[in-house]
Amino acid sequence: MAAPKAFNATRGDKVFDVVNIILMSLVLIVTLYPFLNVLAISLNESNDTVRGGITIIPRAFTFENYQQIFQYEGLIRGLWNSILRTVIGTVFGLISASMLAYTLSRPDFQARKFTSTFLVVTMYVSGGMIPVYILFRDLGLLGSFWVYILPGIVSAFNVIVIRSFMDGLPYALQESAKLDGANDLTIFFRIILPLCKPVLATIALFLAVGQWNSWFDTYLYNGSHPELTTLQFELMKVLQSTQQGGSGQMVNANDMASKMTQISPESIKMAITIVVTVPILIVYPFLQRYFVSGMTLGAVKS
Amino acid sequence: MGTLTPGGNSNNNPGTPAKDPLAGKRFKTQGFWRTALQQRYLYLMSLPFIIWAFIFSYLPLWGWTMAFQDFKPAKGFFEQKWVGFEHFVELFSDDRFYLALRNTLAMSVMGLVVGFVIPIIFAILLNELRGMMFKRFVQTVSYLPHFVSWVVVAGLVTKMLSTQGGAINDLLVGLHIINEPIQFMAKGEWFWYIVTASDVWKEMGWNTIIYLAAITGIDPELYEASRVDGASRYRQMWHITLPGIRTTISVLFIMQIGHLMQIGFEKQMLLGNNLVLEYSQVLELYALQYGLQMGRFSYGTAISIFNSVVSVILLFTVNGIFKKVSKESIM
Repeated sequence: MAAPKAFNATRGDKVFDVVNIILMSLVLIVTLYPFLNVLAISLNESNDTVRGGITIIPRAFTFENYQQIFQYEGLIRGLWNSILRTVIGTVFGLISASMLAYTLSRPDFQARKFTSTFLVVTMYVSGGMIPVYILFRDLGLLGSFWVYILPGIVSAFNVIVIRSFMDGLPYALQESAKLDGANDLTIFFRIILPLCKPVLATIALFLAVGQWNSWFDTYLYNGSHPELTTLQFELMKVLQSTQQGGSGQMVNANDMASKMTQISPESIKMAITIVVTVPILIVYPFLQRYFVSGMTLGAVKS
Repeated sequence: MGTLTPGGNSNNNPGTPAKDPLAGKRFKTQGFWRTALQQRYLYLMSLPFIIWAFIFSYLPLWGWTMAFQDFKPAKGFFEQKWVGFEHFVELFSDDRFYLALRNTLAMSVMGLVVGFVIPIIFAILLNELRGMMFKRFVQTVSYLPHFVSWVVVAGLVTKMLSTQGGAINDLLVGLHIINEPIQFMAKGEWFWYIVTASDVWKEMGWNTIIYLAAITGIDPELYEASRVDGASRYRQMWHITLPGIRTTISVLFIMQIGHLMQIGFEKQMLLGNNLVLEYSQVLELYALQYGLQMGRFSYGTAISIFNSVVSVILLFTVNGIFKKVSKESIM
C-alpha cells in the first residue's frame, strides 16, 4: 500500500499535507486556548491577574480563588442540586428510553405503530414556552426540584437511537428465550439490556450532559428559590452580573462577587467556569468511542 | 370445534378457520385481547411513558387556546374572555416583533450557511490527515466544546473578546491591525457575527461525525483508481469525497432548513446585553420578556404560535421539495 502512495506523492500533495496540518493545528489552538486561558487565570492570584497578560500559565500560582468560591453557600447548593439532577435524570431517562425502544423493536407488538408515531410527533411539535410554563404551574412543578427531572423523562431521539441498536441484535435470541418460557420483562432485563451496554452508555452521556448543562429551567421555574439553584445558574448569574454594559435579562442578580471582596470578579468567574466544566472533561474521553457510534446510529435512522 | 365453543378453550389458532364469518370476526377481536394479554409486559413498559409524553408534549398544545383569549391565570378555562385574533393583530403591528423576526432570520440564515459549510470542509480535511494519532487527537479536541454548556461558552467568548486581556484584542493590537481594543460585546453590529462564530466554535467538530461516517462508506477502490490515473488530492476531494457524501449533505441541509426558525435563544440571551438589544432580541426572547415576564401570557403564546406555524410550514415545504427532487422523504 505504501508504494503507490510514495509514487504519487507529488509536490502538490506534500504542500497540501503541510497546509492541512497547519490548519488543523490552528483548530486545536482555537479550541483549547480559551479553556487553558481560563484555567490559568483561575489558578492565578487575583491581584496579579488584574495586571493582565496571563495566557496559559499562571504567573502567581494559588488555590485561593477556589477556596473562596467554595465558601459561598449558593455554589455548594448548586453543586449538590446539579449532581442530584444529573444522576436522577439520567437514570429515569435511561429507563424510559430503553423500555420504549424495546417495545418498538418488537415487530409483533400491537401498539408499535401508534407508539412510534406518537413519539416522533413530539420531536416536531412543541407547545412553546408559555403554555409549558402554565402547565407546570398547574401541575405544581414551579419551585420544585422535580421540574428538572419530570419533563425530560421521555425523549424521542434517545428512543430512536436505542431502538436502531436493538434492531441490529439477532431476534433468534429472544425467540429461544421465549420458548424456554421467559416473559417479556425477563427477556428485556436479562437478554436485551446487557447487550445494549454501548448504546446505553451513549444515551447516558447525552442525558447526563444535558442535565448538567441546563440552566434555563432553573432561571425560569426556580429563579426565586435559592435552595433549588444549580451550578450552571450560579455561573450564569455571576457572568451576567459583571458583564460589560450591564445585564440585559437578569432579574435577580444574586451577586456572588459583591459578597467576596477579597478576590476580583474576574477570578471568581474563571474559577466557577472551571468547576462547572471539569466533570465533563473527566468523563468525556472514556465515553468518546461510544457517542460517535451512537450519533451515527441516530443519524442513519432519523 | 371452534365454531361450537367460540368463547372458551379453543386453541385460538387463526390457521384453523371457522366457517361462520361472524365467528371469525369474534375470533379476531378475541385474538386481539388475547395478544394484548400476552403482551401485557410490553404495554407495561410503554404505556406509562406514552401517558408521560402526552402530559408533557401534547398537553401544552392545549395552551395555544390562550392566544385567542384574554388569559388571566387566576381564572378557569370557561371563565376566560375570548378575543379572537386580537393578540395577533397587536403582534403584527408591533415594531419590536419585526425587529425580533429580522434578528431570528438573520442569525438562523447565517448559522445555516456558515454552520453548514464549515463542518463539511473540516470533515474532508480531517479525512485527509495522514497521521492517525494526530487525527484522533484533533477529533477528540474538536468534539469537546459540544459538551460544554452555553453558559460556559458565553463566558469564554466574553473573556476572549474582552477589552481587558481578551486574547482577540491582544492579538489584533499586537499585530498592529487595530490601535486600541474594540468593545466587541457592546457593539450591536458585531452581535450576529459573534453568535454565529460562537456556534461554529462549539458545534463544528461535533457536526463532522456524520460526514466522517459517510466518508468511511465510500469505496476505497475509487480513490485507488483515481490515484492510478494521477488525480491530485484536490481532485480526489472534489470528485470522489464530496460526491460520495452528497446525499448526507442534502438530507442534513433540508433538515436544517426545516429548523430555521428554531434557533433557540440561549446564546442570544447569554451573549446579549442591553447595549446590543436591537440585534440580540430573537422571537423567543421577545416572547419571554414581553409575554411571560410581563404577565401577558396570551400575547406571548401568540408569538410562540407564529413561530411554530412558520416552522411547520417550512418543514413541510422543504420536505415536499426534497421528495420531488430525490423521490425520498426525510420525515
